[in-house]
Amino acid sequence: MLRFIVRRLLQAVLALFVLSVLLFAWLRSLPGGVVSALLGERGTPAAAAELRAQLGLDDPIFVQYWRFLERALRGDFGISNGVYRGEPAWDVFVQRLPATIELSIVAMVIALTLAIPLGYIAARRKGGWLDTGSVVFSLIGVAVPVFFLAYVLKYIFAVQLGWLPPSGRASVGINATHITNMYMLDGLMTREWDAAWDAFKHLILPAVALSSIPFAIIFRITRAAVIDVMEEDYVRTARAKGLTARTIRGRHIMRNALIPVVTIVGLQIGALLAGAVLTEKVFAYQGIGQALAIGFERRDYPVLQVLIMMAALIYIVVNLLVDIAYAVIDPRVRTK
Amino acid sequence: MTAQPTADPALDRSARTAPLLAVRDLTVTFGRGRREFRAVDGVSFDVAPGQTVGLVGESGCGKSVTSLAIMGLLPARGNTIGGSATFAGEELLTMSGNELRDRRGRDLAMIFQDPLSSLNPVVPLGTQVAEVIERHKRVSRGEAREQARAMLDKVGIPDPTRRLKEYPHQLSGGMRQRALIAMALACEPRLLIADEPTTALDVTIQAQILALLKELVQDSETALVMITHDLGVVAGLCDEVNVLYAGRIVERAGRHDLFARPRHPYTGGLLASIPRLHEERGRLTPVPGSVSDNIPWEQGCAFAPRCSSAIDVCVQQTPELVPDPGHGPDRLLRCHNPLPAPPTAAGSGQPAEEETP
Repeated sequence: MLRFIVRRLLQAVLALFVLSVLLFAWLRSLPGGVVSALLGERGTPAAAAELRAQLGLDDPIFVQYWRFLERALRGDFGISNGVYRGEPAWDVFVQRLPATIELSIVAMVIALTLAIPLGYIAARRKGGWLDTGSVVFSLIGVAVPVFFLAYVLKYIFAVQLGWLPPSGRASVGINATHITNMYMLDGLMTREWDAAWDAFKHLILPAVALSSIPFAIIFRITRAAVIDVMEEDYVRTARAKGLTARTIRGRHIMRNALIPVVTIVGLQIGALLAGAVLTEKVFAYQGIGQALAIGFERRDYPVLQVLIMMAALIYIVVNLLVDIAYAVIDPRVRTK
Repeated sequence: MTAQPTADPALDRSARTAPLLAVRDLTVTFGRGRREFRAVDGVSFDVAPGQTVGLVGESGCGKSVTSLAIMGLLPARGNTIGGSATFAGEELLTMSGNELRDRRGRDLAMIFQDPLSSLNPVVPLGTQVAEVIERHKRVSRGEAREQARAMLDKVGIPDPTRRLKEYPHQLSGGMRQRALIAMALACEPRLLIADEPTTALDVTIQAQILALLKELVQDSETALVMITHDLGVVAGLCDEVNVLYAGRIVERAGRHDLFARPRHPYTGGLLASIPRLHEERGRLTPVPGSVSDNIPWEQGCAFAPRCSSAIDVCVQQTPELVPDPGHGPDRLLRCHNPLPAPPTAAGSGQPAEEETP
């Protein structure tokens, strides 16, 4: 098990290294280069030359890459030149990360608690109205763009019905102590129930919008996996033993059917990060997704660099955790 | 439906030894309307405590479907089951799901063909054996585990304590089949159905598994239904053999009788297709054709198109399963033109050679 984790960690380091090269190459290949991006309209040839020297852009490319890598490892991705002008790009990321984590967790919890039971029930009633209905519903879930769904939800539940707040993470006038910067968690930890409730209400709409694609995909994978597993000989063996329906479902069907589901949950972290860019933008939810969206609008390269690099790191780490979970539920992976 | 349960001589026999399992006129039909397919077509047989009865035939003859129907393990939809199967006097085919669940694993147990796919890959072996004990006996989890360990030991799995924590993929094929046998026998069932238990194993392991089954069954007076396409398995284990063809029993005989004097040309063909070590090397004699050549039983004998002994009546009139004249009431035959009974018991391979084209 330890060897497995070490091997996967080495793979993760390699992946990050490749990503850093790509990110570096991307920055070098910006239209007009970094210099014109930094100087913008005000650029004169003299100012550009000065800035090039100052940034070390005249050094050999390997030296430049090494400098970039060394700084990145220290968390130094430069100073924001966008909306957060003057703030270190790293700080922009750190301050906004908890908001996105909280949103993603709530979205994933919604997706999982709906998709897995529904996937099981649909599989058991394959071809029935509930199955057909769920499949169509999940197709819509995948097909409808996240930002469109976000706008529709916002229009109906926030604008028209007024049940939920349309944007932001907290209402004005709520006094809350912040420990982790995950507002709902902070509210629960400090027993400031009104703050927790307020944070929760702000989370519902973006989380539902964000959960649509993971829900649809997890539902379909669960349904397909349960249908496959039910045909397996070992389920027949379990029935031949006279086991109760509950034991057969829990121990013999779901434990096997969840193996592909766990894999897909890991892959969906990518979808969550991508979806967060759109969802957070629509709901003005101050997470890294919104920062990324704004960063692109303002060509805030230092902020973009740190966000992309860290998003990749999060994705890799989460998938590493998923692989470990995979090894826990599937003994065949462990001993290979 | 042409079978005549009232004319079944097996009923006479049941008066002598009370059967534990009595199957009467069992039919299983898949699909409906024009796509209807009758996999089992009026099968009747008895199994007494301690007796081993073989169901023999090639793929698609209905032997596995028969066993799944008895166990109530056929899919809930897409099939129709008719006839009767009583276990210790209780009808199994109409029993409720809960009643059947209480009996499966405790009174009736089953061993399956492919030991790897029949074991759950992600559940430790110990749990897979202990769960059936926990389900049917009123014992604690620890006690169930201890009994599971003892059971693994009994079926000849070395180092059972360590094996309890292991997973199916860590065991050899023979060990997996032993584990399946341990699960099936964990609650000392009165009836065990073994569906091709040695097909997936190599020859030496096959012999070990068969010896183990024989020993366990004899020790505990368990009734055993042995389903196989392999007459070698039958030779070593079964008291009585039913040869199935296209969903019907075509010949029933005691083991020795069947090997010495096969009467149905299909049985003769099966015997001729067994490779023999002590005979001169030569080509094996397979039964010509395949089940796709069959004609419906309603039009005559389903085997007739493949049968070298076929005569005109074979494609005109359905043969009935009747006592074979001169062989006593236990020997049944469904054939218009049976193989001649050889004068001595030595010529087991003889009649089949007439089939060689």
